[in-house]
Amino acid sequence: MSRNILDENEPATNAKVHTGKQAKVRLQKRYARETRFRLMGLGAVLVAVLFLAVLLGTIIKDAIPVLRQHYITVTVPLNAEEIDPEGKRTAQSVSNANYGGLVKEFLREKFPAVTSRREKKALYGLISSSSNLTLQQKVMANPNLVGQPLQADVLLSDYADLYFKDSISSSSKIAAQGIASPVGTEGEVKILSTSNDFTNLIEEVKQGLSGQLRTVERSIEGQNRVLKRLQEQKASLEKSLPSASEAEKIELQRRLDLIAPSKASAEKRIEDSTATAADLKQRISNTNGSLAVGRDVPSYIVAINGGMVKVKQVSNTQIIGEAILPLSSEQDAQKGQWEITQISPPEGSRQISDAEIIWLDKLNSEGLVKNKFNTQFFTAGASREAEVAGIWGAVVGTFYTMLITLALSFPIGVGAAIYLEEFAPKNKITDLIEVNINNLAAVPSIVFGLLGLAMFLNIFGMPRSAPVVGGMVLALMTLPTIIIASRAAIKAIPPSIKEAALGIGASHMQAVFHHKLPLAMPGILTGSIIGMAQALGETAPLLMIGMVAFIVDIPGATGFAEGFTDPATVLPVQIYMWADFPEKLFQQKTAAAIVVLLMFLVAMNAIAIILRKKFERRW
Amino acid sequence: MEVQSVKTNKTEKTNLVNQPENEQQAEQVKSMASADEKATQQAIGMSKMSGKDVSVYYGEKQALFGVDLEILENSVTSLIGPSGCGKSTFLRCLNRMNDVIDICRVTGSITLEGEDIYNPDLDVVELRARVGMVFQKPNPFPKSIFDNIAYGPRIHGLTTDRAELDELVESSLRKAGLWEEVKDRLTESGTGLSGGQQQRLCIARAIATRPDVILMDEPCSALDPIATATIEELIDELRSNYTIVIVTHSMQQAARVSQRTAFFHLGKIIEEGETSQIFTNPRNEKTQDYITGRYG
Repeated sequence: MSRNILDENEPATNAKVHTGKQAKVRLQKRYARETRFRLMGLGAVLVAVLFLAVLLGTIIKDAIPVLRQHYITVTVPLNAEEIDPEGKRTAQSVSNANYGGLVKEFLREKFPAVTSRREKKALYGLISSSSNLTLQQKVMANPNLVGQPLQADVLLSDYADLYFKDSISSSSKIAAQGIASPVGTEGEVKILSTSNDFTNLIEEVKQGLSGQLRTVERSIEGQNRVLKRLQEQKASLEKSLPSASEAEKIELQRRLDLIAPSKASAEKRIEDSTATAADLKQRISNTNGSLAVGRDVPSYIVAINGGMVKVKQVSNTQIIGEAILPLSSEQDAQKGQWEITQISPPEGSRQISDAEIIWLDKLNSEGLVKNKFNTQFFTAGASREAEVAGIWGAVVGTFYTMLITLALSFPIGVGAAIYLEEFAPKNKITDLIEVNINNLAAVPSIVFGLLGLAMFLNIFGMPRSAPVVGGMVLALMTLPTIIIASRAAIKAIPPSIKEAALGIGASHMQAVFHHKLPLAMPGILTGSIIGMAQALGETAPLLMIGMVAFIVDIPGATGFAEGFTDPATVLPVQIYMWADFPEKLFQQKTAAAIVVLLMFLVAMNAIAIILRKKFERRW
Repeated sequence: MEVQSVKTNKTEKTNLVNQPENEQQAEQVKSMASADEKATQQAIGMSKMSGKDVSVYYGEKQALFGVDLEILENSVTSLIGPSGCGKSTFLRCLNRMNDVIDICRVTGSITLEGEDIYNPDLDVVELRARVGMVFQKPNPFPKSIFDNIAYGPRIHGLTTDRAELDELVESSLRKAGLWEEVKDRLTESGTGLSGGQQQRLCIARAIATRPDVILMDEPCSALDPIATATIEELIDELRSNYTIVIVTHSMQQAARVSQRTAFFHLGKIIEEGETSQIFTNPRNEKTQDYITGRYG
């Protein structure tokens, strides 16, 4: 900028400085800079909005299925001798009955063909293990129900629920043309068709197999590359071995020794894959005779004569399969009376077996499965069963923890800010305190957790996993934020207000509390809410004081005051724990819990905005 | 060099403009002074406050150098002088508003009715209740008009019930000449009033605590001439009940409202005395120069 604007090309009068050609160029440059800046800002905002939309979109998309859950209506006989052998008809006397057994009996009656132990286990697994509690509670609430059949809606297990939500498998119908004649009604069933339906089926299976073959071949190629690289490494190491020094030789030898096992395992894998590939090839190229349909290709189910047959082997003219639901007769089925259903992905790579799908479809076709609003999620505590797990425990824990945090950090923080800003003498010590507070705001939160562990738990002996300790730790973490924001808010109040109060004889304290503080309140509240929002989302310090424990009971169930010391967890920790579980329903519940956490945050912000509006005054 | 010449030029200009005004003003002052003479002699009696050898330091910097000033009861004393001469500093010493500033240090003695106000035993809250203050910029509290006035009486416990408080608020607003304008909107915010009204509200607020002395720090500097005239009238009326000290930059204002005038220059009082004498027959050359607008 040291360049003289009045250079030789311009006349040395002031008149032309702002109107000449150079001036226009300067002006244009200035406007161009402004436009560029505005566009960049706009771009940044748009990108941010896009990312936010994607983020919220994915979370909400995952969370929405959790809003509804599938129940099954079971009808169980409540035999007086079994349920209430003492005949007292009290909540206590009916509590010990085997309600789980009743549910199992209900299922056994529905599917009498299920006899083997393994199948039975799979069948019982369709209904949530919480069903016995549901029945027990129902009967305990009204012991007079004993003696008559009881109808109750119990939860389906998580994968059964997900099956009905269409998120673990997809099925498609394959049109059947010919007349099918089954042989046998139970166990192994043979079905012959007059048309070439099964030829098409073979083609489909072969396609599935070819797809698999390609995958296997690609993996063989990959392993071969690994092997080649290992060999090259080995060669180069061996080459440099003779010329190396003693110390280097040891190192080289060590590396050579490492190569050998990796090489062996790669070779083993190649061998296995090659065998698989050969097997697949053999199955694909097998033109005559039958083709086995295994767990590695999509399943095919034939629905015929009221039964369901899972295809095991297919040839051009017939299929051999296992009747999962027995057929009613061996009558021929005309075109349109029987059909083939393909269920993908292959049984081997999905959570729910073909048999389970068939059973669930049967129950559904009888109108026993209901899709209801998921109250469980909003009222239950944590659970290892995905379908039973709810967030209420974490919500209550969060509420207690936040209450403690607010009750501690707000008054102490605002008090500290007032004292430091208005009353404390300005000297080296207060400077030091100020610097320390500013630094504390940047300390990683887990350090506060360690402090809480060392002080509150180990020295003061306070209860582990309790909201009161969590709240105290989070209050420590929130304090610097509140103090800094409050000091800034108090500092921003014009001194004329304080002078006015002092001028008519208010004491310093009156001037601060009657005039400065109310005016600074909006700013203080903003700072506090930022601090609280930070605390609300905090996980790390709570892990240190044991709030990561698996807690089924809802805190405060025995009384409001006990809630502060009951073991509890909070929403972010719950999210953290659920995110670790492999079940898909837990993944969805994780997303739903995140939505609840965000709503908590929005609610807190809304309260802050309302309070701020209430306190806001002009001066 | 150039800058300096411009400045001289400007001063000359202002001088030219001021010249006729000053003559007029001198006339005015003479007539006003003679009219006031009677009242002054009646009302002005004893010394209300007096400063003896008052020096003020802001840290290392000295702002006042041994100032002596008598403030007489039921009179208006105006403090005049160029910016930074220490008149506001002196004013703020009179109710210890300088205490708020950490680095400020006051030596010498200031008495109120013979009592040293810097005596550590003296309660500063009581002092400020007795010596009220009106500031340069109107600074009503962001509360209702009623609460603005009622705040002082409330914290000092001057009234026992609501009716008494209502009465006190009304009388204060009446004395400040604001009652007729605001009586229908006492619940509205004090900050919603116009600048002149706000300043009168601040005066009413100062009156409501029933002080003996009212300090005014350039109360009209942010106001238009009409609002200024209203405030000046008000000051004149208040004189019968209160002792008033006013800092002003306007010589005309000092001449119009005050009975006594003190001229400050570079932290010292150059001259003090009857307003009529200062403005018509100043003893000191610097005073002469200042009031005729030769500098400042």
